[in-house]
Amino acid sequence: MSTHGSEQHGHHLYTGLDNRKLAMWAFLGSETMFFGCLILVMLINKHNTLGSHGQEIFDLALTSFTTFVLLTSSMSMVLSLAAFRNGSVFWGRIWLGLVMLMGIVFLGGQVYEFSEFVHHGLTPSTNLFGASFFTLVGFHGAHVAIGVLWLGTVMLYSFRGRFRPGSDMWGIELVGLYWHFVDLVWVAIFTLIYLI
Amino acid sequence: MATVTTTAPDTRTFSGAAWSWITTVDHKRIAVLYLVTALGFFVMGGVEALLIRAQLARPDADVVAPDRYTELFTMHGTTMVFLALMPMSAAFFNLLLPLMIGARDVAFPRLNALSYWIYLFGGIFINISFVAGGAPNAGWFGYAPLTATKFAATHAIDFWALGLQILGVSSILASINFIVTIVNLRAPGMTLNRMPMFVWMSMITAFLIIFAFPAITIGLVLLLFDRYMSTSFFLPAGGGDPVLWQHLFWVFGHPEVYILILPAMGIVSEILPTFSRKPLFGYAVVAYSGAAIALVGFGVWTHHMFTVGLGPIADTAFAISTMAIAVPTGVKIFNWIATLYGGSISFKTPMLFAIGMVAMFIIGGLSGVILGSPPVDGQVQDTYFVVAHLHYVLFGGTVFGLFAGIYYWFPKFTGRLLHEGWGKVHFLLMLIGFNLTFLPQHMLGIDGMPRRIHTYSSDMGFELWNMVSTVGSFMIAVSVAVFAINAIRSARSGAISGSDPWDAGTLEWTIPSPPPVYNFAEIPVVDGQYPAWDAKRGGGNTGAVATVPETLEGEDEPHIHMPNPSYWPIVMAAGMVLAASGLIFHQIFILLGAMMFGISLIGWIEEPAE
Repeated sequence: MSTHGSEQHGHHLYTGLDNRKLAMWAFLGSETMFFGCLILVMLINKHNTLGSHGQEIFDLALTSFTTFVLLTSSMSMVLSLAAFRNGSVFWGRIWLGLVMLMGIVFLGGQVYEFSEFVHHGLTPSTNLFGASFFTLVGFHGAHVAIGVLWLGTVMLYSFRGRFRPGSDMWGIELVGLYWHFVDLVWVAIFTLIYLI
Repeated sequence: MATVTTTAPDTRTFSGAAWSWITTVDHKRIAVLYLVTALGFFVMGGVEALLIRAQLARPDADVVAPDRYTELFTMHGTTMVFLALMPMSAAFFNLLLPLMIGARDVAFPRLNALSYWIYLFGGIFINISFVAGGAPNAGWFGYAPLTATKFAATHAIDFWALGLQILGVSSILASINFIVTIVNLRAPGMTLNRMPMFVWMSMITAFLIIFAFPAITIGLVLLLFDRYMSTSFFLPAGGGDPVLWQHLFWVFGHPEVYILILPAMGIVSEILPTFSRKPLFGYAVVAYSGAAIALVGFGVWTHHMFTVGLGPIADTAFAISTMAIAVPTGVKIFNWIATLYGGSISFKTPMLFAIGMVAMFIIGGLSGVILGSPPVDGQVQDTYFVVAHLHYVLFGGTVFGLFAGIYYWFPKFTGRLLHEGWGKVHFLLMLIGFNLTFLPQHMLGIDGMPRRIHTYSSDMGFELWNMVSTVGSFMIAVSVAVFAINAIRSARSGAISGSDPWDAGTLEWTIPSPPPVYNFAEIPVVDGQYPAWDAKRGGGNTGAVATVPETLEGEDEPHIHMPNPSYWPIVMAAGMVLAASGLIFHQIFILLGAMMFGISLIGWIEEPAE
């Protein structure tokens, strides 16, 4: 499945860009609309609380911390790709493992946040604030979880001999694109839903 | 034959042949699968329409019961839009995109097969509802709160919502595939402005799909949460807003109209030049006006909601954008007419359907501008005037365009020509039947006949036009039967077409019909918009295009790597649909489906692609 110059599966590539990377960009374009709609629904229902819980339930200290962790993971992702590209498989795996770890910490924070909210009496059926919140943040969390699993498979493949010095790195680039996108979506969610 | 390195199964036995279709990743065979399946669903949606027309032929009739009637008009719309017309366009994308841009296949052949199988299983899934407790019955745009558990306690709406989610996945995956194919697999020299117009319109359609479908995906997710997790996104009692559903649906739904019409416009833009013996007039303007239609198409959705009461400012703004979209559409029509002007026109069946498409689409476009005016829309909203308008656009436009394409490219599907005489009979019957069916519906609408009513009483003055409309609809049915017989007979024993029966200008006509599995023995080099015409008439580049041999025998046969067949796409698609069905039948299916999906994902990744 290696890429030879501007050839892929025997095809001449018009732009010289990897097919899989182009596909990922198109997919992320579609995802932008997906999260855009979810965020809009959340914004519409932000104050639709029916006298029950609303924004005051947010624990900004906790979420600021998990946000910091998730944003830092993007840096770790960049360093991982750079290390693999520079031929340092060891450091590539270290940074990759850190990305996974930070993703898991973020998810742990979200699980804790969700269970706290339910404990305080805010569920998806309490009011539309709750319904929109759990839907939006839940879908984002699912994307992070899929990202962690994907990173795990990349790690697995690195132990099975892929991503050696000089080989192609599209497998890491793809998961990197996805991870940065999921991060970026969180920046929008954190700003628009939690902070404002 | 050339040495094509695939491990194809033995197709001489029946099971071998069936297995070769199940595991195929060849874009041409997937195109055939799409076409046959879509025509099957087209007939199914047509039968639903005939039952509707039979019920409405006379006042106070009871041909079908009222409950069944709501199911029929819901499933007619859903089937025609998602299971017949979109997949029929996808059949042409599959067959033609690689051939027109000089590629050996699409960018991701297995993903392409996956899209097809998801579509097939999704279509079957929705239609199972007919025998599993009742079909969807809230209209093809499923307005809230008709879809709420309180008013729709059976699983009918769940079939609809889950089915559309499944079909959305298929469409988005296919579109990503087509975008990458067009952007990256064009032959050397085929710049954007040398692409055939069909490729342009396909690319625009694919972008529309990936940006429009997420809106309905979210709408359906919220609907399913309302039904399964007792949220109240669209339920006023819990603070929700039914109008939010309308916004989410039409943000998708209006671009969807262009998703349905742009491929037909692309088809017509190929056929008119071929049978006028001159290039498309104003090529760049036609291409960019398609892009403009797509762009403005995202900003007109509330013209479906003029009677909701969004206020005069919103109504004015969307009326302006709606009328503005008539400009690029008109530009296309004038360019098509200018293409005909001064040409030496030959009226073959594809040309008749293409001209029919332009003419019928003009009528549909004009009634669209009428409906774009909020005061007028207020008068005819939800009447048969709207039904007439949308059928002039989607039947007169899309269906005529798609039939034009079937007649034109039948040789590339089968190697044979459709019978010309029966084709003309089909065209005449369909043109007359179509106008008999839908022209009177304008009058019915202005007279005040609402759409989606089960019946009407004899003192309302609706009898004459309803009877005419029903007669017309059965004439359409006869025309489709003529086509079906012609297609089956011609596919078996029609005249052999040869590689270039129409003396056309684009790349797919430079290779044999049907094309060999590798399409192009040698990837062509392109330096014009009509490379095949250039090659035949000595203009432009005459190298690779002209020298591709019909068959490749002998010692220096090319060694071409083609992707291996794979059964993982069908397993993965089955897993996805099985998991979705678990929400209706039994939770165990969710687990089983997820396991099938997981196993096929691993199998997919580990399988060598070639």
